[in-house]
Amino acid sequence: MSQGTGHYYVPAPSKWPIVGSSALFFMGFGAAFTMNKIPLGYGMLAIGFAILIYMLFGWFGEVARESESGKYRAQEDKSFRWGMSWFIFSEVMFFAAFFGALFYMRVLSIPWLADNEHTLLWPDFAGGWPTAGPGFEDKFTPMGAWGIPALNTFLLLSSGVTITLAHWALKKNDRGALKLWLFATIALGVTFLGFQIYEYSHAYADLNLRLTSGAYGSTFYMLTGFHGFHVTVGTIMLIVIFFRCAAGHFKPENHFGFEGVAWYWHFVDVVWLGLFIFVYLL
Amino acid sequence: MAVIQDVHGHSHDHPTGIMRWITTTNHKDIGTLYLCFSLTMLFVGGFLAMGIRAELFMPGIQILEPELFNSFTTLHGLIMVFGAIMPAFVGFANWQVPMMIGAPDMAFARMNNWSFWLLPVAGLLLITSFFVPGGAAAGGWTFYPPLSTQGGLGVDMMIFAIHILGASSIMGAINIITTILNMRAPGMTLMKMPMFIWTWLITAYLLVLVMPVLAGTVTMLLTDRHFGTSFFNAAGGGDPVLFQHIFWFFGHPEVYIMILPAFGIVSEIIPTFSRKPLFGYSSMVYATASIAILSCIVWAHHMFTAGMPAVGQLFFMYATMLIAVPTGVKVFNWTATMWRGAMTFEVPMLFSIGFIFLFVIGGFSGVVCAIVPIDIQVQDTYYVIAHFHYVLVSGALFALFAGAYYWLPKWTGRMYDEKLGQWHFWLSMIFFNVTFFVQHFLGLAGMPRRIPDYALQFADFNMISSIGAFGFGLSQLLFVYIIVKCVRSGEKAADNPWEGSTTLEWTHLPSPAPYHSFETPPVIK
Repeated sequence: MSQGTGHYYVPAPSKWPIVGSSALFFMGFGAAFTMNKIPLGYGMLAIGFAILIYMLFGWFGEVARESESGKYRAQEDKSFRWGMSWFIFSEVMFFAAFFGALFYMRVLSIPWLADNEHTLLWPDFAGGWPTAGPGFEDKFTPMGAWGIPALNTFLLLSSGVTITLAHWALKKNDRGALKLWLFATIALGVTFLGFQIYEYSHAYADLNLRLTSGAYGSTFYMLTGFHGFHVTVGTIMLIVIFFRCAAGHFKPENHFGFEGVAWYWHFVDVVWLGLFIFVYLL
Repeated sequence: MAVIQDVHGHSHDHPTGIMRWITTTNHKDIGTLYLCFSLTMLFVGGFLAMGIRAELFMPGIQILEPELFNSFTTLHGLIMVFGAIMPAFVGFANWQVPMMIGAPDMAFARMNNWSFWLLPVAGLLLITSFFVPGGAAAGGWTFYPPLSTQGGLGVDMMIFAIHILGASSIMGAINIITTILNMRAPGMTLMKMPMFIWTWLITAYLLVLVMPVLAGTVTMLLTDRHFGTSFFNAAGGGDPVLFQHIFWFFGHPEVYIMILPAFGIVSEIIPTFSRKPLFGYSSMVYATASIAILSCIVWAHHMFTAGMPAVGQLFFMYATMLIAVPTGVKVFNWTATMWRGAMTFEVPMLFSIGFIFLFVIGGFSGVVCAIVPIDIQVQDTYYVIAHFHYVLVSGALFALFAGAYYWLPKWTGRMYDEKLGQWHFWLSMIFFNVTFFVQHFLGLAGMPRRIPDYALQFADFNMISSIGAFGFGLSQLLFVYIIVKCVRSGEKAADNPWEGSTTLEWTHLPSPAPYHSFETPPVIK
């Protein structure tokens, strides 16, 4: 190819996409079979996950090597920025669906279930939040906001600061501080996850708050659960970035791999603030 | 593709045979894969449609048990929407976007491959679900609970298929947006982009906006089915109607996802064969954007009978009727483009004009359905079936046919058979109307959709509709024959066989387009 903006890096034919598709083939069929108690499903699911992990290592490894060998320039960098921004936007919309469900239940469906028209069906249901709905007898205690959740808010907000400090260190080419702050971010993320697991076990053991606890249980576990899953993915991404930093990857002026992870981490942070307000606090 | 030219010699070698198609990172190869896949799915979905029409040929149960009939309607919808129409447009985007904006390839060439190769996995999940215990999902393509919280393995396979299709669509959309925003040739400002590019940019935005919401919905369905959550269960404080709200928040923008690129294709073809520039280009851009924005605030017009405060019904009714304004802008612009043009009527133009006529009928019946008191009468009747087939078959599919005939010379370097193409158009046009026009009357007379049997007074119109459907289905075999004939033995095409076309792929590239389009970007004045 010639010079100028035309010099856009188009990767050579690659086996990784089809490897990823075969992973999803096994995972899709495996998950459907598993949920219907078909024994074959478990094995397929395991094979699918194994292939997926192989694909992730291979594919991202290839991208990291391409990046380090200087194949990505300004225009490619811009593509990555657009791509990551739109990906995060799609994640925002995924969470929006679950927040929408929460708002709909609290503002519309639960008051409707408690109104006069429904007294024939459920005469004792008074509505209000938190609730497991009119048909569920099992009592539960809702999760308070000012214990672990507040602490977790503090942890995640701090991790937003530490990743920024790591980013500044990278820009100043202070590799020691970069690794230190990155490590601190990972430690905060892992601590957050540890608290979250403790909170869940506390909810199940002491509060009788379960996934099956009607509207409150569904929205509580699905929102915090998907958030926790995203924190897990974000932490894994941070760990990968940490090892790449240790291996000397990223330049002060060119390090989108790092920035993409930082963006993702901030996104996870912001979602948590929404959760803290609408799931725990209000 | 018949000929692969690689004049620059510097480009990557690619494997041959099947591995070329599996590992490819080339936008043209991937576009071809998308188009072949969607054509295959068109026939799979079409087979299901033929089954439905055969069952409805006469009153009484003919060939399909009611349960299987329900699976046929459900999978017909899902396969046509997610397997045929959407991938076909992505195939067009893959072929055309880099060529029309002067880019070497798509922005994320490897991810582009994955977007495609996820589709066969999802297709397999959908099709094989027919053969598992309990059969395929049977609750309609909109899979409302509580029907979809019941049902067996087939429903779960559908859910995971939708997850995978969603991932594919989101990756494809991000790729298209990034390509359009970052890879345009120097000098091609946003308002100089061809209309097809504009419509796809806005479509891709809609995809990123709503596909994750669909993923969220089916996830809630899955956890309601298997993990005891209560999103759609009133006993737990949830609401089955909540599903409808979230689904249609996806579903209504989805119908524009399937029609906006069609608008784009038609907006390229009509100026070409009218030998005039597109009338009101900037108003077309703004109209497209307006349609996209409005499409996000009209979803509940699908649920007027589901229970909603009157003020909600009024809002959604007026917002829906408002969409007729930008859509009208487009129709008038196409008409004004043709006004006093030096028009010729090759097959792409015929399909485009057919598109305008029939899409307008579908658009008007849409306004009829938007009016709450009328909608309460026609909800879930064949009137609605007629309405959305006028916008999806004679809208989206006709535009796809138009685009295929228009660009086949560029893709293959050969001309299609004009005479056979005209036959294809007229057969499709006539049989389409025979199939679906009578369904308006059936719906107004009260025939419900998704039922394998009907009252005797509907017999005549149903038989006419079925005959039309068989004719329409058979006519599409002609399309396959025309493509095969074009690829194998069509006349050599000139670089710009249409006098009136002005976009980059015609003016700057040979026919067939070389394997790598623009290694050096053209400069746009």
